[in-house]
Amino acid sequence: MEVNQSNTADSVNRLMQELAKLPGIGPKSAQRLTYHLLRTQKEYVIALAEALISLKNSTRLCSVCFNIADSDFCPICRNEKRDKSSICVVEQPQDILAMEHSGIYKGLYHVLHGAISPTDGIGINDIRIEELLIRLKGKDISEVILATNPTLEGEQTAMYLNKIIVPLGIRVTRLARGLPFGTELEYADDVTLTRALEGRQELK
Amino acid sequence: MSEPRDYKTEAIVIKKTKLGEADRILTFYTPHLGKIQAFAKGVRQPKSKMSGHLELLTYSMVSLARGKNIATVTGSQTINGFLTIKNDLELTSYALYIIELLNQFTEEGIEDYPLFRMLLDVLDKLSTENNRELVLRYFEVQLLDNVGYRPQLKLCVSCHTQLKPVTNQFCPSAGGMHCPACGRNGSFSYPISINGLKIFRLLQDGNYNTIRRLKITKELSIELERLIHLYIKYLLEKDIKSLTWLEALKRCA
Repeated sequence: MEVNQSNTADSVNRLMQELAKLPGIGPKSAQRLTYHLLRTQKEYVIALAEALISLKNSTRLCSVCFNIADSDFCPICRNEKRDKSSICVVEQPQDILAMEHSGIYKGLYHVLHGAISPTDGIGINDIRIEELLIRLKGKDISEVILATNPTLEGEQTAMYLNKIIVPLGIRVTRLARGLPFGTELEYADDVTLTRALEGRQELK
Repeated sequence: MSEPRDYKTEAIVIKKTKLGEADRILTFYTPHLGKIQAFAKGVRQPKSKMSGHLELLTYSMVSLARGKNIATVTGSQTINGFLTIKNDLELTSYALYIIELLNQFTEEGIEDYPLFRMLLDVLDKLSTENNRELVLRYFEVQLLDNVGYRPQLKLCVSCHTQLKPVTNQFCPSAGGMHCPACGRNGSFSYPISINGLKIFRLLQDGNYNTIRRLKITKELSIELERLIHLYIKYLLEKDIKSLTWLEALKRCA
C-alpha cells in the first residue's frame, strides 16, 4: 500500500500495513481503522490485542471432529448430551456455527476443511476424509449426514463420500437441496427446481 | 465507444474463482466472444438469484455490462444445466477435466465458434455415450487440432516418408510420428502399436460415428491415453490438475 511513510509515526504506519493484509481491507480502510484505534480508549485496544493473541495461542483443532477448540476436544465433542451415533459432515468450522444456530441438530460433526476440487488440485488427501473413515470404523455410528455446500465441489465431495461410506453399512443422507427461504420461484435455476420437485413433501 | 454498454451472450462456465466476501470471477466460453472473464457480484450468498445459473458446467444465457477492466454479470438464465453430468461423480470429474483443458489451451477474447459447438457436443456425448474414455480422447485430439497442435500421423516428421504398418515412434517434441529408422536416433519418443496409430488417425479425422463403432481393447485405450497425455503435458509444460483426481477416482473404482 502507498502511504506517505515520512509524514506520520512509525507505529501508525506499521499498524496500517498489518491491517491492509486482511481480506477486504484496502489502504483507505486500514488508515481509517488505525486512526480509529488511535482515538479509542486504551483498555479497548488492549482487549483487542489480547483477543488476537489468544486466538492464535490457545486454539487448536479438535482431535475428533477438527472443529476449532480450546482444548483437545471441542465443546460439541465434550458435551455428554449430544447424540453420539450421528455425524454431520461439513466443509468448514463456520458451517457448524450456522447449523448450531438453527438448534435442530443434536449429533456430532466432522469438519473436512475443504471440498474436493479437481480444477484447483484439491483431492481426497488434501481434506480430512481419511480421519472421517477412521472415526466411522471405530464407533457405533448409525448415520452420516452430508452437509457440504450445494456447489459443484460440495456435491462432488458428497457423492464421493457416499460412494465410500455406504459399503461400510452406515446410513448416508444428504441435506435437502431445494428452494431457500425468502426467495422467489421465478429466479430458481433448473438444478435447484429439479431437486426441489424430487424432494417434495406433503404438508404436515 | 461504439459498442453497447450492455450485451447478452450464451456462455458455458468453465472456471470460477472466489473473490472477496461473496463474489466470484467467472470464466465463460462463448460462441462469438471466445473465452471471457466476468465479475459476478454476490453469487456466493444464498439469496443470490443468479448463483445456480452460474455454477461450473452450466450452459446459460448471460447478460453482461461492460466495465473498465472486466464485465459484470447482470443476469443469467440456464439453457442446459447438464444435470446428468452433475448427478454423477465420475461424469463430473470427466467434464471438469474437459473444461480445464479447454481453459488451458485457449486465449481470452478469440472467437472460435466451432470450438464452442464442440464443447457443447462433447458435454452432450459425455452424458449419453457409454465409452467415456473414448469421448475424452476424441475431445483431446479434436481440441489439439483446433488450437493448432495437430500432430503429424501420416508421414515421418524427419524423413517425410509415408509411415509403414509397423511399430512406429510417437515423439511429442517433434509434433508427430517418427518411422522406426528416424525414431532410433531421436530422443523422447514412445512406441505406438499399429492399431493404436490407426485409432489415433481416426480420432483426428473426426468422424465420431465411425469411432464409436470400433471395438477398442483395454490395452489400446490405455496406450492412447498415455501417449495423448504425454503430448498434452509436453505442450502445456505442466500437469492438468483435474487429471490427478480423475486417476485417483479410477483407482478407487
